[in-house]
Amino acid sequence: MLEAFFYFVQQLLNGLTIGSTYALIAIGYTMVYGIVGMINFAHGEVYMIGTYVAFIVIAGLTFLGLESLPFIFLAALLVSMMVAATYGFAIERVAYRPLRGGPRLLALISAIGMSIFLQNFVRLAQGSRDIAMPTLITGGWTFGSPETFEASLSYMQVIIFVVTLITMGALTLFISRSKWGRACRSCSQDLGMTNLLGINTNNIIALTFVVGAALAAVAGLLLGMYYGVVNPYIGFIAGLKAFTAAVLGGIGSIPGAMLGGILLGTTEAMTSAYFSSEYKDVVAFGLLILVLLFRPSGLLGKPEVEKI
Amino acid sequence: MNRPLYPAIFAAVVTLILTSMMLGIQLKTEGINLTLQSASDFTWYSIAGATLAVFLFQLYREPLSNLIKLPELPSLTSILPAGKKGNQLKNLGIAFVIAAALIWPFTDFSNRGAVDLATLTLIYIMLGLGLNIVVGLAGLLDLGYVAFYAVGAYTYALLSLYYDVSFWIALPICGLFAATFGFLLGFPVLRLRGDYLAIVTLGFGEIIRILLLNWTNVTGGPNGISRIPKPDLFGLEFSRRASEGSMTFHEYFGIDYDPSHKVIFLYLLAIVLVLITLFVINRLTRMPIGRAWEALREDEIACRSLGLNPTVVKLTAFTIGASFAGFAGCFFSARQGFISPESFVFIESAIILAIVVLGGMGSQLGIIFAAIILTVLPELAREFQEYRMLMFGLLMVFMMIWRPQGLIPKSRPHIEIATGENAR
Repeated sequence: MLEAFFYFVQQLLNGLTIGSTYALIAIGYTMVYGIVGMINFAHGEVYMIGTYVAFIVIAGLTFLGLESLPFIFLAALLVSMMVAATYGFAIERVAYRPLRGGPRLLALISAIGMSIFLQNFVRLAQGSRDIAMPTLITGGWTFGSPETFEASLSYMQVIIFVVTLITMGALTLFISRSKWGRACRSCSQDLGMTNLLGINTNNIIALTFVVGAALAAVAGLLLGMYYGVVNPYIGFIAGLKAFTAAVLGGIGSIPGAMLGGILLGTTEAMTSAYFSSEYKDVVAFGLLILVLLFRPSGLLGKPEVEKI
Repeated sequence: MNRPLYPAIFAAVVTLILTSMMLGIQLKTEGINLTLQSASDFTWYSIAGATLAVFLFQLYREPLSNLIKLPELPSLTSILPAGKKGNQLKNLGIAFVIAAALIWPFTDFSNRGAVDLATLTLIYIMLGLGLNIVVGLAGLLDLGYVAFYAVGAYTYALLSLYYDVSFWIALPICGLFAATFGFLLGFPVLRLRGDYLAIVTLGFGEIIRILLLNWTNVTGGPNGISRIPKPDLFGLEFSRRASEGSMTFHEYFGIDYDPSHKVIFLYLLAIVLVLITLFVINRLTRMPIGRAWEALREDEIACRSLGLNPTVVKLTAFTIGASFAGFAGCFFSARQGFISPESFVFIESAIILAIVVLGGMGSQLGIIFAAIILTVLPELAREFQEYRMLMFGLLMVFMMIWRPQGLIPKSRPHIEIATGENAR
C-alpha cells in the first residue's frame, strides 16, 4: 500500500519536473498568440537551439578548467537565453513581420518553413547524432522504504522547480508591473489602438518573441541537463507538447500556460507509469483534441468572440 | 548617413550571434566528455563575410533599393492563349503532353532509374493534388496529410497479407478507408479555427504513426510489412515465374522476361491514376461543392449567411482529399513492396505541403510542376540532397513572402469592381 503510494509520488515528481519545463516553452506560444494571433511554429526549434548553446557554453567553460558549478550554470543560462532571444528576434523579423496583416494561412506556412529550416540548419551545423553531456549535478534525496520502493527527488529536479518558479515570478512581475509589460497587455487587447496611442507595436511584438525565446532557452538548459542528451530533432515534439500545454490552459493566458504545462507533464508521467510509455504522446495529443472539442478556450482562457 | 548606421550595426551583430554560435563551434563527444571543436577557417571567413554583407546591405539599403527595381515575375497564365481558340490549343497541348508521357518509357531517352523516379514523382503529384483540395481549395491547413497516405498504404499491405486481396480490389477499399479516417477526424475538429486545425491534424498524423509503430502484432511495428504483391494486369503477373493458377505477362505474350516491364507498367499505372485524379478534381471544382470550397476559403461568414453549412463543406473537402491520399498510399505500398512507419513521418507531410505551396495553392498545373521540381532536383544533384530539407524550409518562407500565389497562380473567372478614379 505504502509502496504504491511512493510509486505514485515518484511519478508525480517526474511529471511536475517535465511539466514545469513544458510550461516555460508554452509561455512563448501563448504570448505570441495573445498578441499577434498566430502559432509560432518555430518556437520548438528555438528551444532546441537553446539546449545546444547551453551545452556549448558548459563544454567550453569546463574545458577552460572552471570548477564552480553555480557560475557555469548561470553563464550557460545567460548565454543561451541571449542567443535564443536573438534567434527569436530574427525569426520574427525575417519570416513573420513581412506577412503581418495578411491571411493567417500564409504566416502559418511560413512558420512551418522556418521550423524545417532551423532544424536542418542545426543538423547540418552540428550533426544529426545525439550529443550527450556528463551529468553535472548529481545526488538527491530519497524517501520511502529501501526494501520495497524508494522514491527519489534529485537535486536537478529541485533546481528545475526553483528556476522555473523564479522565471515565472519574474515574468509575472514584468508583465504586470513594468512599462513594457503594460504595453504587451495593451497590444494583446487591441493592436491597432495601442499603435494609435503612440506605442511602437512592432517593437512590442519583437519583444514578445524575444521573451518567449529566452524562456524556451531556460527550458532548454534545464531539460538538457536533466536528460543529458540533445539532437536536432528534440524541438519538434517538445514544441508540439508545449503547444498542447498552452491550448490546454487556454491560449493567450500566461497562468493558463503554467497550469497546462504542469497538467500535461503529470498526465504523461502517469500514462508512462501506469499504462505504457510508448503511448504517452498519443495520450498527450488525444488530450489536446479533447480539450479543443469540449473547451476550445482552454481551462483558464476567455472564450473568443469573433468580430465581423 | 548617420541614421542607418545603428540599425546596420545591430543587424550585423544579430547575424554574427546567429551564425557564430551554431556554425562556428561544434560539439563533439569524446568518450564520456563533451568537447568543443572550432569549425574550419573557411566557415569563419564565411561568417565574417555574411556579417559584413548584412552590415553593408543595411547601410546602403535605400540607395540600393532605388537602384535595383526587382523585375516583376511574368505571370505565366497571361502567356497562355485565351479564348475559344486558345482552349483548343490548350487541349491539344495537354493531349500532346499525355501522349509524350505515355510513349516516353519505350523510347531510348529513358532508363529504368528514370522511369522509377518518374513514378515516384507521379505519386507526389497525386498527393499534392489531393492535399490541394484541402489546403488550396478549401483553405484548411492540414499538417497530418501523411496519416491518410499511411492509412491507404497499410490498408493494402494488411489486406494482401491477411486476406490475400489483390491490388485492384484493394485500391477502392484503400481510398474508402482513408476517406473514413478523414471523416472521423474531420467530424469533430473541423469546427475549430484554422490554426488549431493545423495542430490537431499534425497531432493526428503523429498518433497514426505511433500506433503503426507500436501495434507490433498487426503492423509489424518498426520492421514494417514486406513482400507486398505488385499489381497485375488483368491477372497477368509481372514476375519471372507465375504463382499457382495464374500467368505472367511475358509468358502470355510470348516475349522474354524483362524486369523493366514491371517498372514501365507501374509508371503507366501511375499516369492513369494521376489522370483520373486530375479529371475528378477538375470536375469537382466545377460542381457546386467545389465552388462552395473556394467560397468558404474566401469568406466563411458570407458563406454561412448564404445558407452553406461550413462544417459539411469542409468535411467533404477533408474526406475527398483524404481518399486521394489513400489511393496514393495503396499504389505506393504496391510499388515499394515494403512499407514501414519510417515512410510516414511529419517531414513527408511538409514536403507535400511544400509542393502545394510552391505550385500555387489551388493551381493544378503549378502543383504538377512543383512536384517535378521538388522530387527530380534532389535526385539530379546528389550533393544537393543534404541541403534538400533546408531548401524546402527556406523556400516555404520566401514563397509566402514574395509570391504567396505560387509559381503558376490559378486564374479564376472573376469580375473586378472598379474603384477610385476608374469608377464611373
